[in-house]
Amino acid sequence: MADAALNAPARSMTEARGTKPKRALSGRNIMIYGTLIMFSLYYLLPLWVMVMTSLKGMPEIRMGNIFSPPVEITFEPWVKAWSQACTGLNCDGLSRGFWNSVQILIPSVILSIVVASVNGYALTFWKFKGSDIFFTILIFGAFIPYQVMLYPIVILLREMGLYGSLWGLVLVHTIFGMPILTLLFRNYFSTIPEELFKAARVDGAGFWAIYAKILMPMSLPIFVVAIILQVTGIWNDFLFGVVYTRPEMYPMTVQLNNIVNSVQGVKEYNVNMAATLLTGLVPLFIYFISGKLFVRGIAAGAVKG
Amino acid sequence: MAEARRVNRMWRNMNAKIAAVPMILTTLVVFVGGTAWTVVYSFTDSKLLPRERWVGFDQYERLWSNSRWLTSIENLMIYGVLSLVFTITIGFLLAVAMDQKIRFEDTFRTIMLYPFALSFIVTGLVWQWILNPEFGIQHIVRGLGWESFTFNPLNNPDLVLYGLLIAGLWQGTGFVMCLMLAGLRGIDEDIWKAARVDGIPTWKTYVQIILPMMRPVFITTLVIVAAGIIKLYDLVVAQTSGGPGNASQVPAMYVYDYMFQAQNLGQGFAASTMMLLTVLIVLIPWAYLEFGGRKHG
Repeated sequence: MADAALNAPARSMTEARGTKPKRALSGRNIMIYGTLIMFSLYYLLPLWVMVMTSLKGMPEIRMGNIFSPPVEITFEPWVKAWSQACTGLNCDGLSRGFWNSVQILIPSVILSIVVASVNGYALTFWKFKGSDIFFTILIFGAFIPYQVMLYPIVILLREMGLYGSLWGLVLVHTIFGMPILTLLFRNYFSTIPEELFKAARVDGAGFWAIYAKILMPMSLPIFVVAIILQVTGIWNDFLFGVVYTRPEMYPMTVQLNNIVNSVQGVKEYNVNMAATLLTGLVPLFIYFISGKLFVRGIAAGAVKG
Repeated sequence: MAEARRVNRMWRNMNAKIAAVPMILTTLVVFVGGTAWTVVYSFTDSKLLPRERWVGFDQYERLWSNSRWLTSIENLMIYGVLSLVFTITIGFLLAVAMDQKIRFEDTFRTIMLYPFALSFIVTGLVWQWILNPEFGIQHIVRGLGWESFTFNPLNNPDLVLYGLLIAGLWQGTGFVMCLMLAGLRGIDEDIWKAARVDGIPTWKTYVQIILPMMRPVFITTLVIVAAGIIKLYDLVVAQTSGGPGNASQVPAMYVYDYMFQAQNLGQGFAASTMMLLTVLIVLIPWAYLEFGGRKHG
C-alpha cells in the first residue's frame, strides 16, 4: 500500500506532460462513441421502419424504399389495423385483441402481485417448516420449460371448469409469474429490519394487519417494479394466450400474428406494420415512463440483491 | 390467559399457512406434479386424450427417428450457441463502452433496451418485413445499383437461422448489456485504482482482472439466456412459422403442434420431456456451482 502511494504521484508527474494522453483519449472516444452509435442504429432501425411503413399508402410502398419517410402521410393503415383488419371471419380489427388483452391484463397483474407479495412476506417473516423448500422448488420452477406443464394445466383448468375462459388464463399468469415475483418481494422484504415486525407483533398486529398497514406502505417502489414487470410480461405473452383461451378471447399478440401471417388476401404491409406498432405501444409506453425502474425490474431476478 | 395466547399464536400461524396455500399448490401440484405427470405420460401412446396404455420408450424412439425433431434439435443447438456467443460478447462490449463515463448514457441505454420491452411476436414481424426480399434490405441494395445482391435469409433454408438470430439479438442484447453493466459497476473502485497505480493498461485490466471477477455475472447471464433459448417459440412463429419447409423448426414448436394440432399427445409429452432434460443439463452444473459451492466457501 505504502509502495503504491509513493509510486502514484511520481507516475502522474511524468505522464502529465505533453499532449499524448489527450490524443489517445480522443481516439478512444471515437471508438467508444462509434461503437455505441453503430449499435444504436441497429436498435433504432426497426422502430423507424415500422413507423415509416405504417404512414405510407400501399402504392408508395410498392415503388419506394422501406427506410425513406412517406411522401404523403396517411393514417388510414392505423385506422384499418385498429378497426377493420381481418382474422378468419372477424373483420373488426385489432381493437378486439386490445380489449381482450386489457381484460386479461388487469386481473392477472393484480392477482399475481397480491399472491407473490404475500408469499414473499410469509417467506421472510413467517417462516414455517418447509417454507424454504417450497421457495427452492419455486425458483427451480422458473427454469422448467413451459411445454412440460402445458397439458397438465389444461387438465387442471378443465377440472375446475376454467379451461378456455378468461379466469383460467389469469390463473396461469399468476402461477408462472410467481417464481420471479416472489423472489423480488422476498429480497426486498428481507432488507426491512425485523425489529419493526417484532414491535408490530408485540402491539398485537396479526398477519394481515402487518402486511397491509406496515409492509405495503413501506414497499411501494417494489410494487411499482412488479407492476412494470407483469404488465410488459403479460401483455407480450403469446403461448399461454394461444393455448388457454378461445379464439374470441385471444390476446392482442395472438391476434396480431394471425392478421399479419394470414395467407389469405392481398398483403397490406402498411396495415401490418401499424398493427405491429399498436401491439407494441403498451409495453413501450410502460418502458418510457418507467425509466430506471424497468432496468431494476429486469435485473431483479438476475442479479442477486 | 396462557391458554388464550397459545390459541391466538396458533391462529396467527394458521393465517401465514393459509396465505402460503397458493404457493404450496403451485409448487407441488403444478411444478412438481405437472412435470412428473408429463414425464410419466410420455411412456404411453396417448393420442387425442391421455390414456394409460404403456408403451415403454416407443415415443422416444419415434421422436428421435423423426426428421422434423432432428432438425429442431439441430436448429436449437446452432441458434443457441451462436446466440449465446453473440449476446454475451456484444452485451459485454457494449457494457464496457457504456462504463467509460460517457455522455448521454441514459439515452444510449434507453435505445438499447427498448426492444427488450417488445414481444417476440412484434420483433419477429418487424424483422420479417425488413428482411422481405421484395421490399427490404435486398431490394434497397439492388436499387442502389448492385443488381445481383442477394440477402434473403428467411426464404433460404441454409440462412434462415441467421435471419432469426438478427432479430433475437436485436431484442435481447440490451438486456444482457444491462446485466453486465450492473456487474461492472459492482466492482470495487479500488481495484481500478490499484490497476492504474500499477500502470496496467485499461484493456489488460478488463481482460485479466475484471473478466475473471465478473465470473458470477457471466454464469448467471449464461443460465438466463440459455433457459430463454430453450423456450424459443414466439419469435419463430412470428418470423418464419418454422419455414421455409421445416428449416427453422424448434423443439417448442414441435411440442405445441403434436399436443394441440396433430392430436398426438404422447409425442408431445416425450418431446417436452426431452426439453426438460436439456434444461436440467444446463441447470444442474450451475446449481451445483452456485449453491453447492457457497456451502464450502
